[in-house]
Amino acid sequence: MTNAAELSTLLVWASATALAIALVAFAVDLARRTEVRTDARTRARELAAVGGPAGPDAGRAAPPAPTSSAAPAVPAGRGKAAGIAMSTTWLGTAMLLVAIVLRGVAAGRTPWANMYEFTMVGSFVALVAFLAVNLRKDLRFLGAFVTGLVVLFLVLGLNVFYVAATGVQPALQSYWLVIHVGVAITATGIFTVAFVASVLQLLRDHRDAGAPLLAGWHWLDRVPGATSLEALSFRFNAVGFVLWTFTIIGGAIWAEHAWGRYWGWDPKEVWSFVIWVVYAAYLHARTTRGWSGRRAAWFVVVGYACVLFNFTGVNLLFTGKHSYSGLNPGN
Amino acid sequence: MSETPRTQRETEARRPYRPEGIDDAFAAPERPAHGDETHGDETHGDATHGAAGDGARTGEQPGPSLPTLGWRGMLRWTWRQLTSMRVALLLLMLLAVAAVPGSILPQRSQDAGKVIEYLGDHPTTGEWLDRLGFFDVYTSPWFSAIYLLLMVSLVGCIVPRTVAHARNLRGRPPRTPARFGRFPATAAGTTTASPDDVAAAVAAHLRRGRTFRVDVGGEEPRAARGRGPRAVPARPATRTVAAERGYLRETGNLVFHLALLGLIVVVALGQLFHYRGQAIVTEGRGFANAVVDYDTFDKGAWFRPSELSPFSLTLDDFSSQFASDTVAFAQARDFTAHVTVTEPDGAASKETIKVNHPLTIDGAKVYLQGNGFAPEITVHDAQGQVAFEGRVPFLPEDSMYTSRGVVKVPDVSSGLEQIGLVGYFLPTAVVDDDGNARSVFPQPTDPLLVLEVYRGNLGLDEGVPQNVYRLDTASLTPSVGDDGERVKVLVRPGETVDLPDGLGTITVGQEVPRYVALDLRYDPSLAWVLTFALLALAGLAVSLFTPRRRVWLRAWEDEGRTVVELAGLARGDDAGLQGEVDRALAAVPGLSPDTIPDATPDATAEAVPDPVPDAGTADSTKGQEASR
Repeated sequence: MTNAAELSTLLVWASATALAIALVAFAVDLARRTEVRTDARTRARELAAVGGPAGPDAGRAAPPAPTSSAAPAVPAGRGKAAGIAMSTTWLGTAMLLVAIVLRGVAAGRTPWANMYEFTMVGSFVALVAFLAVNLRKDLRFLGAFVTGLVVLFLVLGLNVFYVAATGVQPALQSYWLVIHVGVAITATGIFTVAFVASVLQLLRDHRDAGAPLLAGWHWLDRVPGATSLEALSFRFNAVGFVLWTFTIIGGAIWAEHAWGRYWGWDPKEVWSFVIWVVYAAYLHARTTRGWSGRRAAWFVVVGYACVLFNFTGVNLLFTGKHSYSGLNPGN
Repeated sequence: MSETPRTQRETEARRPYRPEGIDDAFAAPERPAHGDETHGDETHGDATHGAAGDGARTGEQPGPSLPTLGWRGMLRWTWRQLTSMRVALLLLMLLAVAAVPGSILPQRSQDAGKVIEYLGDHPTTGEWLDRLGFFDVYTSPWFSAIYLLLMVSLVGCIVPRTVAHARNLRGRPPRTPARFGRFPATAAGTTTASPDDVAAAVAAHLRRGRTFRVDVGGEEPRAARGRGPRAVPARPATRTVAAERGYLRETGNLVFHLALLGLIVVVALGQLFHYRGQAIVTEGRGFANAVVDYDTFDKGAWFRPSELSPFSLTLDDFSSQFASDTVAFAQARDFTAHVTVTEPDGAASKETIKVNHPLTIDGAKVYLQGNGFAPEITVHDAQGQVAFEGRVPFLPEDSMYTSRGVVKVPDVSSGLEQIGLVGYFLPTAVVDDDGNARSVFPQPTDPLLVLEVYRGNLGLDEGVPQNVYRLDTASLTPSVGDDGERVKVLVRPGETVDLPDGLGTITVGQEVPRYVALDLRYDPSLAWVLTFALLALAGLAVSLFTPRRRVWLRAWEDEGRTVVELAGLARGDDAGLQGEVDRALAAVPGLSPDTIPDATPDATAEAVPDPVPDAGTADSTKGQEASR
């Protein structure tokens, strides 16, 4: 059993390494797309300047021009960096999955009962959400940020939250551990991807509005427009919000079984409620005149900050009934 | 997602930066001339309320006329403000912020002891915080005010919306708009089939699966009118199809909000009817379900003692298991209480109670909330009389079950003082060289009692109820040794030891009985709370994931063939809208193969904000790469 646990830890490190490589490759890809784009822009200007197709259609006519000259350099649709990034992300995700399974084997239970395991599984869900949607729709521009956050989370988990694999106390011995915590982790992973989309939306929006600080960030031109990013973020958030609602309901049912009350304003319950209300406010803000767009995106940022605090701050700073970090706050 | 590159680019290009909540996207760019009122209402607010308020306010006179409103006008204005989306949003934000202090400051409902401790540590700020209700945040007037206002706001908006939706459910799809050009999804084609056949085929296609409500109609021939770019050419008589789906979206939205209201109401009712009793029971003993048998008993305002079902419960045995591996040494692994329940009719049954498995008896649930050791202690006084005899529960203070307890010995023989014993029960004791004892494992492998002895007036004769777990030693005389240190009496089970200062002897029974803290709770609202919570979840999922779409078709004869145009409109952003329109076009019989979807004359992008091609859409990224 010890071997399984050790192998699991090694695989998490390996996965973090693979994802770090993916992060670099995604960043290179994003930068190189920027060059391509800048080229296209220059070309379009030149075309317009020499009296090519003038008027509003000038831009539209430009893209076919480079096709003939540059097409042989790169296989259609895939850059080299993007290819490396995607395959290392798949590899890292697969290794993380094996690490999670081995962890469960070593502990002899569901592998999401403490902070380290929560970090591991939450990162996995974020990666899967990213990869799954990417199969249907090109989301590679999100890659650098999703893998970046995941690497950060994994290394933090390994260094700060790590506890050895073992059983759990009686309060956690319930099938609700699988359901309630499993859904909470899934929601957290999905909120992570939505958060990345909203941050990009805000950056892109500010750059489009001519924010001087972002003038040098050309790579932002390579991400979709603010409206698309908003729609993308909303789709993830809608799924996350429904899952979070279920997390709270499932938690209440479990609390009723284990503690004899379904709601008791325990710090974790308070912050789960705060998160729920913030994301509910986000859904309302989206449809309120004067609050949609940029302001609504800030709700996502605040909501995700609450998600992170609910996971770290509430576990480590407050004493409550959800003291399952496996870490001793006294030390 | 059957999304085409074109769709996204167009939605991007057509709309200004305004994410498509129902707010604007569902408002037809060209409202049908007959002005469907219900839909006018729907142009505000999506997954949320506020529609009524917002809608009403737009028709209202602006602010400056405020002073002349009069009190009725003022009331109406207040009501509209309260039920507006903006105020609902504000209240939601306030609710989130107001909930936070309850997680930072200790709360009376959870740990009254911590509140007292806090008040002791922060006398000035603590007093002010207390006055403002910061130690009872969730029952404080300000917290209650926020959620009650939110409830009123919700009612004020959900009720009119429910009425509107009920009317809308019986309504028909809105008439086909005159121009399709500015809709987010369009398609067009030509066919050899007649307009009648086209309309019939597409209507049949849309009716399949009963998702769409479909109307087939027609329009009179139209003469050319207008000039310049907005000119409308002449057109013969047409056949039209108007279809709408996704009424469930609003239904789900309303169900969600109504279920939230129901949830709050049943939670409040549960508070009124509930009762909760806590009892400490030692092995071999039991208790009856009666108010007097509980150590503490809470009840709602509408609770009647006659509701207590008169069963009784005996603890036969309690077993515990702890991890002995190094990784999680002494971590609890299992607690099981074996009990015998005697029903009111005399039938007895053996049951077990575990931490995640409460026992249900006559609708009440019995939870295992704690456990510990209750050694049998007998104290003989200086004259040899039995002054105290009984099981004393010691409360565990750490994971090794270092447990604290108090023995209050009355003065049974005249002329003697009362004796107070305070100290610890250590299940597996290790005594250091300097005489300090501590517990190293939670199981009773080598139990030891370490007690300090006090004498004086404990107040046992004054008839004032006392906390049995606390001894106020301030006015008592401790027994001290020659070195001035307090004497520590060490007793092991089965031993009898002399108390210092000739106060008598203490005997601890050979067997150390376990005790369990049981929590009995009855709340008739539980099933209803769950029902409303699940209803809310279902309503939420339906309202967020049901696409609401309208599809229109117009077909007319032109130069021997039939021209077909389609348009689609969705509420909220809807990636599948263009696919829906394309599938409807594909249902047209005899469609000409050279048909290009979306070839409608005025479907071209009206505004391309960025001169650079395909400004940054995900799909165009692929195009860019391919072009290198």
